[in-house]
Amino acid sequence: MASIDIVPGPIPDTARAEGVWSKIRYHAAAHPLGLVGAAIMGVFVFAAVFADFITTFDPIKTNSLASLVPPGHAHWLGADNMGRDIYSRIVYGARISLAVGLGSTFLGSVFGVTLGLASGYLGGWVDLVIQRIVDVLQAVPLLVLALVMAAALGPALDNTIVAIAIPLIPYTARVIRSNTLTLREQPFVEAARAVGMSEFRIAVRHVLPNTLAPLIVIATAQLGAAILTEASLSFLGLGVPEPHPSWGRMLSESAAEYVRTAPWLVIFPGMAISLAVFGTNLLGDALRDILDPRLRN
Amino acid sequence: MGSYLIRRFFLMLLTLFGISVLIFTMLRLVPGNIADIVFNAAGMIDVAEKAKLEKELGLDQPIAVQYVKWVTGLARGDLGYSYVSEKPAIQEILPRIPITAKLAGLALSFAILFGVPLGVLSAVRQNSKLDYILRVISLSGLSMPAFWLGLLILMACVKFFNTIPIYTNPPVGFWNSLWLFSIPAAAVGFRSSALVMRLTRSSMLEVLRQDYIRTARAKGASNNSVNFHHALRNAVLPVVTVIGLEAAFLMGGLIVTETVFNIPGVARFLVEAIRWRDYPIVQNLVMFIAIVAVSINFLVDLLYAVLDPRIKYS
Repeated sequence: MASIDIVPGPIPDTARAEGVWSKIRYHAAAHPLGLVGAAIMGVFVFAAVFADFITTFDPIKTNSLASLVPPGHAHWLGADNMGRDIYSRIVYGARISLAVGLGSTFLGSVFGVTLGLASGYLGGWVDLVIQRIVDVLQAVPLLVLALVMAAALGPALDNTIVAIAIPLIPYTARVIRSNTLTLREQPFVEAARAVGMSEFRIAVRHVLPNTLAPLIVIATAQLGAAILTEASLSFLGLGVPEPHPSWGRMLSESAAEYVRTAPWLVIFPGMAISLAVFGTNLLGDALRDILDPRLRN
Repeated sequence: MGSYLIRRFFLMLLTLFGISVLIFTMLRLVPGNIADIVFNAAGMIDVAEKAKLEKELGLDQPIAVQYVKWVTGLARGDLGYSYVSEKPAIQEILPRIPITAKLAGLALSFAILFGVPLGVLSAVRQNSKLDYILRVISLSGLSMPAFWLGLLILMACVKFFNTIPIYTNPPVGFWNSLWLFSIPAAAVGFRSSALVMRLTRSSMLEVLRQDYIRTARAKGASNNSVNFHHALRNAVLPVVTVIGLEAAFLMGGLIVTETVFNIPGVARFLVEAIRWRDYPIVQNLVMFIAIVAVSINFLVDLLYAVLDPRIKYS
């Protein structure tokens, strides 16, 4: 009797790549607003990476002759009171915003995932202690906690990242914990335990990868919140210090004082912040719909 | 219900204790204290004078002793003295609370008045042009920093009314007060209204698909009756949660808005106190904000049971 070979052969790389592209095309068509968000974020990432090549002036160098020059041929978006080019400062500011946004989101996610996973998987007194810590961190509004942290750590780029990351931890920890609580009761976890796998290995190898979808969803939402918080901290003078060109501080320098005489100092940096956060919000909404339909609004 | 309330109340106290430890410790990690700031500003380097000032302010004592003194003072209603003004902290904080409360109340009213009806409208006209416009507006609301919106409003007032509506003197009379506070309240409330609108929309959409809505329509109930009487009443529960959370966490938006509009409230005072390392003011203000936030969360939990009789706490 002839045997039938049911073991599938290896999938060729080209077919796999085509599969990925067709999936991307499908989701892009189904979520056009998400595509717009991705495009906006793409522009900001491009600006941040290639700032040295696409700017026309040094963002830090002052020029008294160009003080408060309105938008025009030489200075596309005008110049500030110290004669610094607004366009160049906004492009370089994308580096700061993305560095702080991505840095604090990454740091907050690492600690949030670790705490959430330990809390949900181990349960008992570990869960009790971690949840009380999470309660404490979540009871104070994000900006208030970030303000106190920023003041405590001192004005520096890396300190701003830490100051924003800490208030983000409880939100990630809560989501990962609730997801882990469901996952640990799943048959594949019981099967892993039955074959003698250690609890640590089960948590890291089997539970953790399954929390990736909600993690991506919450991390994208937090990226926008982190960019806004950095802008607010810098606006209040407690964020990224000079000489880094930060969008929030550009508004602080121009706040109220130049509202009458140089509105371009107010309009363009604010547009950059809003557009970057708008892009992450659109992308976040689409990713939530694609990756976690249960959270869909 | 009784045992749940007691358990929840003790958890609240535990959270507040944790916050007090966290804030107190964080502030003591700050490089340099008020004595350093005073001496650096005055260009003085007399170590003995500085040590004397630190002793007067109790900064030479161990952190644990300082913490116990603060907490026992709090329990007696003694919040200590402001390092900057040298007045009792309670005298500095109390007059500012009604100003911020008024602003927060107006911002929240703005959020509810615009957010709920527009959310309902967006849901009942799902996938129409109006729905898309309202969704983009709500997403913009979530993306715009409150301080930028505040600055844009100031710019518009300068351009069209040739006036800057910032706080210079305490407003006299109800209408003057309402005018002065309504503009910054709109700047803060825009974000909250966007959040309320999005949630009202999604909650309404979920309810509108329920069988009892179909039954109500089959029985000949009018659109308004179905939307507002049958659907909105059941869609409102998650919206109440978000309104409660927004009320508790409005302080973030208020901090920057009070700064832009020069409003002498609690939120702006917190930023000033942080800059001056005025520990008694900062730690008491953060505790005050935390107490308000956890109390509102507690009240929202209780409100669930009132709004939805199916929810029983045990």
